[in-house]
Amino acid sequence: MRVTFTANGREVEADDVWEGESLLFMLRERLGLPGSKNACEQGECGSCTVYLDGAPVCSCLVAAGQVQDREVRTVEGLADPEGGLDEVQQAFVDAGAVQCGFCTPGLLVQSHDLLERNPQPSDNDIREALSGNLCRCTGYEKIMDAVRLASARKCSSSEVSQ
Amino acid sequence: MSTIRTEKNLQNITTAHPDGIGGSPLRPDGILKVRGEFAYSSDMWHENMLWGMALRSPHAHARILSVDISEAVKHPGVEAVMTHEDIPGAKYYGLEIKDQPALAMGKIRYHGEAIAIVAADHPETARRALAKIKVEYEILPTITTEEQCLDPETYGYVHEPDEYKGHASGNVVHSQKLISGLGVTDEVRALADVVIKGDYVVGMQDQAFLGPESGLAVPAEDGGVDLYIATQWLHVDREQIAPVLGLPENKVRLTLAGVGGAFGGREDLSMQIHACLLAQRTGKPVKIVYSREESFFGHVHRHPAKLTYEHGATRDGKLVYCDARIVLDGGAYASASPAVVGNAASLGMGPYEVPNVNMLAVALYSNNPSCGAMRGFGAVQACFAYEAQMDKLAAELGMDPVELRQINAVEQGSIMPTGQEIDAPAPVADLLRRVKALPLPQELDTTHLDVRDIPGALSNTSHGEGIVRGVGYAVGIKNVGFSEGFDDYSTARVRLEVIGGEPVAMVHTAMAEVGQGGVTVHGQIARTELGVEQVTIHPANTEVGSAGSTSASRQTYMTGGAVKLACEAVRNELVALGRKRYGWDYNDLSLVGGKVVSASAGVLVPIADLLGDTAIDLTREHHHRPTVPFDKETGQGFGHVQYTFCAHRAVVDVDVELGLVKVVELAAAQDVGKALNPLSVVGQIQGGSTQGLGLAVMEEIVVKDGKVRNPSFTDYLIPTILDTPPMPVEVLELADEHAPYGLRGVGEAPTLSSTPAVVAAIRAATGLALNRVPVRPEHLTGTGE
Repeated sequence: MRVTFTANGREVEADDVWEGESLLFMLRERLGLPGSKNACEQGECGSCTVYLDGAPVCSCLVAAGQVQDREVRTVEGLADPEGGLDEVQQAFVDAGAVQCGFCTPGLLVQSHDLLERNPQPSDNDIREALSGNLCRCTGYEKIMDAVRLASARKCSSSEVSQ
Repeated sequence: MSTIRTEKNLQNITTAHPDGIGGSPLRPDGILKVRGEFAYSSDMWHENMLWGMALRSPHAHARILSVDISEAVKHPGVEAVMTHEDIPGAKYYGLEIKDQPALAMGKIRYHGEAIAIVAADHPETARRALAKIKVEYEILPTITTEEQCLDPETYGYVHEPDEYKGHASGNVVHSQKLISGLGVTDEVRALADVVIKGDYVVGMQDQAFLGPESGLAVPAEDGGVDLYIATQWLHVDREQIAPVLGLPENKVRLTLAGVGGAFGGREDLSMQIHACLLAQRTGKPVKIVYSREESFFGHVHRHPAKLTYEHGATRDGKLVYCDARIVLDGGAYASASPAVVGNAASLGMGPYEVPNVNMLAVALYSNNPSCGAMRGFGAVQACFAYEAQMDKLAAELGMDPVELRQINAVEQGSIMPTGQEIDAPAPVADLLRRVKALPLPQELDTTHLDVRDIPGALSNTSHGEGIVRGVGYAVGIKNVGFSEGFDDYSTARVRLEVIGGEPVAMVHTAMAEVGQGGVTVHGQIARTELGVEQVTIHPANTEVGSAGSTSASRQTYMTGGAVKLACEAVRNELVALGRKRYGWDYNDLSLVGGKVVSASAGVLVPIADLLGDTAIDLTREHHHRPTVPFDKETGQGFGHVQYTFCAHRAVVDVDVELGLVKVVELAAAQDVGKALNPLSVVGQIQGGSTQGLGLAVMEEIVVKDGKVRNPSFTDYLIPTILDTPPMPVEVLELADEHAPYGLRGVGEAPTLSSTPAVVAAIRAATGLALNRVPVRPEHLTGTGE
């Protein structure tokens, strides 16, 4: 089948999609968007998290055909069009929250969503929001630091712009 | 800032570049990783690429009567189906003992063993083709328990004895005895006032790296193969792959693809040979990506262990003797079992002075999943047991458990039970003092309860009733680098040249960057040693000499050391160039800020001007000091390169009604010799501590009659961010004069003591004995085994 949808603001089309394929597979193998990761492909690890019509989902659990005419935003679409990193992305680099980095794309989308909804989350808010994203390298402490840092930077930059 | 130096110690120049050693510059791959643009092994793609997949045995022990691939071959979209009969070269491979068939031959020895492989145009085509392969099995009784393994006359052999002469005896892969002092005799036992005995069990832990086993094999015009792969050691992969393909090593070229974590699970081969065989057969690029389920069958795990310990001590708490036996289940194939046994035996007394020791460590062949390397490597299992013993002994003596440990702690100059002197700082007592001195976390506030703070958390299982707090301590000892006479050298190539008017250093090694941050450290070393700003890291491949394995906490020591040596050689050649050209007779030269500087005469010349069009390109090998094998009967010998120590304090809340545990805080103190990159060092300690926490309370591959029952992240649990507490870390930097920059390997030590500290805290909260990990709810509520 053919699937037409919006990926990171661009109209895209995937051909010869087998009906059993996931959105994750289609993004990675057919559309040149391998940023979303294939760590468990059963909805347990969160590494494949993308926005679907603005809501974070595990793209491994979404059938490719389900995104027909819908909007998908992946980790590749977090940076601004000029390529500047989103604050969450920069904070992950700065705080040492990236080791192997395989969980990073999913955590970035999930953290990005958290800060959109709740710009000043408590530590427990962060833990709750990210509890569906497994990381095996960091022990999460630097990920906590990164989200706190991104939150602080977002708040101070919005204060400045006001 | 530079230190005063002379020609003689030009080798030892250190300059304080902010992004040099001791700084925390950002990872060179960090931006790519947060953009989603870093190419992991499962992201590889090639025109005309096929998908490879393996058929795996549903049985743990069986004879293969027949394999019929005829229907699979005819399936549309299938380009190759292969069994062991189609292998052009050697049929067996292995890390230490070549006992594992690349594809099963005649016999199945573990659940999930690969029998046939398929290459097809789509993963689903490959799956359907696999389903059409007909295998007839004669199911055999499994050999899975210690009793069965040790009685092959009754229960049979996992490998027939005539197949592996010289390697195995019965179903024993490897054993190591260790006797020190007087051993443990009746006379020695009589010297003790108190005797503590315990039987302990450690479950099978999985590395659970997130990036699944994967890679792309591309057939080359010269008849060879180019393999893009996630591994821990490119060269040892090649050594094992090439003979199976019937190719000389120089026709099998490996390039490291992005690695999504490793933790020991990528030391053995997984899909490498299969992808290369299919690429050879079809003449097309072949990609293999394991699913998470296949990953659980596709790599070795941490050895489950049964440990029996008996300690004797005097009334005032001094250890008199230890008699110990450690039985490790090695599973179907040897993997790294022999080295794991060596570690368990030689480190099994812990960081304590024990005058009289009798130890036996053994790894068995069985029809359980193969076990091999995982972070901590034999020292983890022992640490759980000896630390439980220390707590029991302290309780028996009415002593503070930290004080008891401190009284017996090794220090610099102590003699290990192997007879090896600890000839570097060993601040065991101080590490314990430091974790104990940290402020304790706040008591649970049950009046303003946030359920996310308590056991059960978002499951809303409690409102704070039935929750008890406990505090526990533990400390461990780990070796750094490969031991027992193995020369695990590393190679680095450094090229210094002028690009765009600036001096640029290029560092080329075969080191597997698996997330640990070695690439960051290589840049720091080059900046420090060569005084340049710009450093590029060449992709890791087999064009340069071996870097050894990214394991055993060894890469910063070994490949970092090789980069340092290569930089020093480049620096010496640069200075020689200056002497020749300018007739310098200074003996106080260094490279700082892109310039050659004399401490007495100031700036002499920019490196770029001195170098001009010349490129200095040198390769150096770094060998650690030699070690020797442990004596087979006594375990004596200078077997380890370096020791490393970490201590933990765990604070837990236990819901004693539901058997749920929340680790409230997990504090660590570790001596790292020199923190080359403090941010990464802390990250390693926290990550290692968390894997130890996982082993303490949740992580176990459940195996029944050789069959894996929980091969998924639904059923094999690793700690989430809600399970993981704040982890304060104290880093000590007491230099080891034998190591580059005085550094000490960091990665593994925190994985050791974390587990026993958490369990000690649970024991303190509940009063239960808890002699096995992971501790499950039924162990706390008394409703299970």
